[in-house]
Amino acid sequence: MTQGNTAVEVLSGPLRVQFDYTRSVGPIIGAFLTGLRDRRILGVRGSDGRVLVPAQEYDPITSAPLAELVQVEPTGTVQSWTWVAEPLPGQPFDRPFAWALVQLDGADTAMLHALDVTDPSQVRTGLRVRVRWAEERTGTIHDIACFEPGEGAAAPAETSADTAEPVTMLTTPVDMHYKHTASPQESAYLRGLAEGKLIGGRSEAGGRVYFPPRGANPTDGTPTDDLVELPDKGTVTTFCIVNVPFLGQRIKPPYVAAYVLLDGADIPFLHLVLGCEASEVRMGMRVEAVWKPRAEWGHALANIDHFRPSGEPDAPYESYQHHL
Amino acid sequence: MSTPEIAVVGFAHAPHVPETFGTTNGVEMLVPCFQQLYADLGITKTDIDFWCSGSSDYLAGRAFSFISAVDAIGAVPPINESHVEMDAAWALYEAWVKLLSGQAQTALVYGFGKSSAGTLRQVLSRQLDPYLVGPLWPDAVSVAGLQARAGLDAGRWTEREMAAVAGGDIESLLAEPYVADPLRAHDIAPITDGAAAIVLAVGDRARELCERPAWITGIAHNIDAQALGGRDLTRSPSTTRAAAAATRGETSFDLAELHAPFSHQQLILAEAIGLSPETPVNPSGGALAGNPMFAAGLERIGNAATAIISGTADRTLAHATSGPALQQNLVAVLESEAR
Repeated sequence: MTQGNTAVEVLSGPLRVQFDYTRSVGPIIGAFLTGLRDRRILGVRGSDGRVLVPAQEYDPITSAPLAELVQVEPTGTVQSWTWVAEPLPGQPFDRPFAWALVQLDGADTAMLHALDVTDPSQVRTGLRVRVRWAEERTGTIHDIACFEPGEGAAAPAETSADTAEPVTMLTTPVDMHYKHTASPQESAYLRGLAEGKLIGGRSEAGGRVYFPPRGANPTDGTPTDDLVELPDKGTVTTFCIVNVPFLGQRIKPPYVAAYVLLDGADIPFLHLVLGCEASEVRMGMRVEAVWKPRAEWGHALANIDHFRPSGEPDAPYESYQHHL
Repeated sequence: MSTPEIAVVGFAHAPHVPETFGTTNGVEMLVPCFQQLYADLGITKTDIDFWCSGSSDYLAGRAFSFISAVDAIGAVPPINESHVEMDAAWALYEAWVKLLSGQAQTALVYGFGKSSAGTLRQVLSRQLDPYLVGPLWPDAVSVAGLQARAGLDAGRWTEREMAAVAGGDIESLLAEPYVADPLRAHDIAPITDGAAAIVLAVGDRARELCERPAWITGIAHNIDAQALGGRDLTRSPSTTRAAAAATRGETSFDLAELHAPFSHQQLILAEAIGLSPETPVNPSGGALAGNPMFAAGLERIGNAATAIISGTADRTLAHATSGPALQQNLVAVLESEAR
């Protein structure tokens, strides 16, 4: 597509979002999970007398806290089901299976889990099923490996050793994949970096120059499509001396992280200032980019390893006071 | 003190596309929507007193994506802004409350979503109960499949009736294979990237901006219990309650826009609201024709309002849904005369 004074195909790349969600489970979900670990399934009696399974903290009708735990059977009846032809990562099976809403004997509601069948002809509403317990049980919903067709408990409940602590925490790993796309303006900027060029952008000639250029000028919402090549020299507007070590730190403290205002740009960006004592760095100091060897360049601002003092006289405060 | 009259005076939406070139923060889709609304209404951003958006970081795969979207507004001088992690129909509800309170005369509501960036049916599993359901990663199509099956087995609807919602040659639709038995491709909304925006205004300000404002004469939202197996999935009591509050029992409409990302859900909703069989439903094509996440509900309101603004209807209904299997529902009534 055309963007201002250049035509841009946007850059994109894979983005993997991976983290653990750790939650405290509270007394009711905690009791349910502790029960699963012992091969017991607990419901809770609701305000209308129904046994709600899995046990839940609050009444679905009155919203009052619930407390009366009721053990139900590990056998039940399929209330509804759907077929999964192409399982997703994280689901209980990596081959086709069914999800089922199963009403356990003694329960008045249904719970969702996987059903171990290999063809949709093996499942129907009304099918009798039983819990298949996981061999290793840790106090998560995965302690139920799945449901399977059949009657009778696959394995009896067991009594916890007196020393077994109740389940209080639940950790759920999250792992999702995205296609991250740079905006047209960011794409021009990243391509510039790959060629050793610093590309800024403005909404119109004479307008303020953003580095990097943006999909929308944050002052008026118009794209900064008029692209401008900027020199790799600038002025330190403000800075901090990093003294605190942290995970992933690649430089030994103390060192300087500074806002650098490139000549011709109207907004500074964060980078490193090295090549002098941290104590020598000051507002108004003139700096120049130190590029990595060309063979190491990618579509990244990291192509500039750091900035170093250029030796020019300091810029007067008035020249950058509106860019702090 | 009288209650302010509040109307939809403008609506714009980005093209419904399978994959936008734009970013997940929506800026590239939103900027043209805002520019169109400014031009249509003869206003600038400074005429907007309050901004409210709906979107999801899980859909974008990045934190605070809605903050980046604010760039599309150009927030200098500072603006009064809010956000909901829901369909933007609920952002419209927040804006409606803001206008009702007298704190603003105008509001611009927007929603955006780039579903193509991730695996939508997997992303939506993150809105399930995070303790006992989410860890199993049940995908959104499967959850809807459980709902569809429950209705089929209970005799509440047939696969033929589901296909009729999608429209087209029903025999050939029914000859297609299942995607998630009992759902076929035509039962499932397509993956759509998009964005939408609506301008609200009060009383005489609305009349200045629009010859025929679409007055919001009723709006309400309601939610059902979260446990999927704890409620009758074939009915939507929350929709019934929201509709009763919004319509006050008067359920004749020139058209209704229902937010049903799955075919059978349109059948549930029409019944829950009490629509007469003669009411045209989703002349826009509905979510089954284009389902920009976090904007599709707002688009239902926008389409229902546009029918009033353009003079083709006098009284319309819009519905939006959020959450798994129609968990949460919003109903709005739009009329050519303020009440």
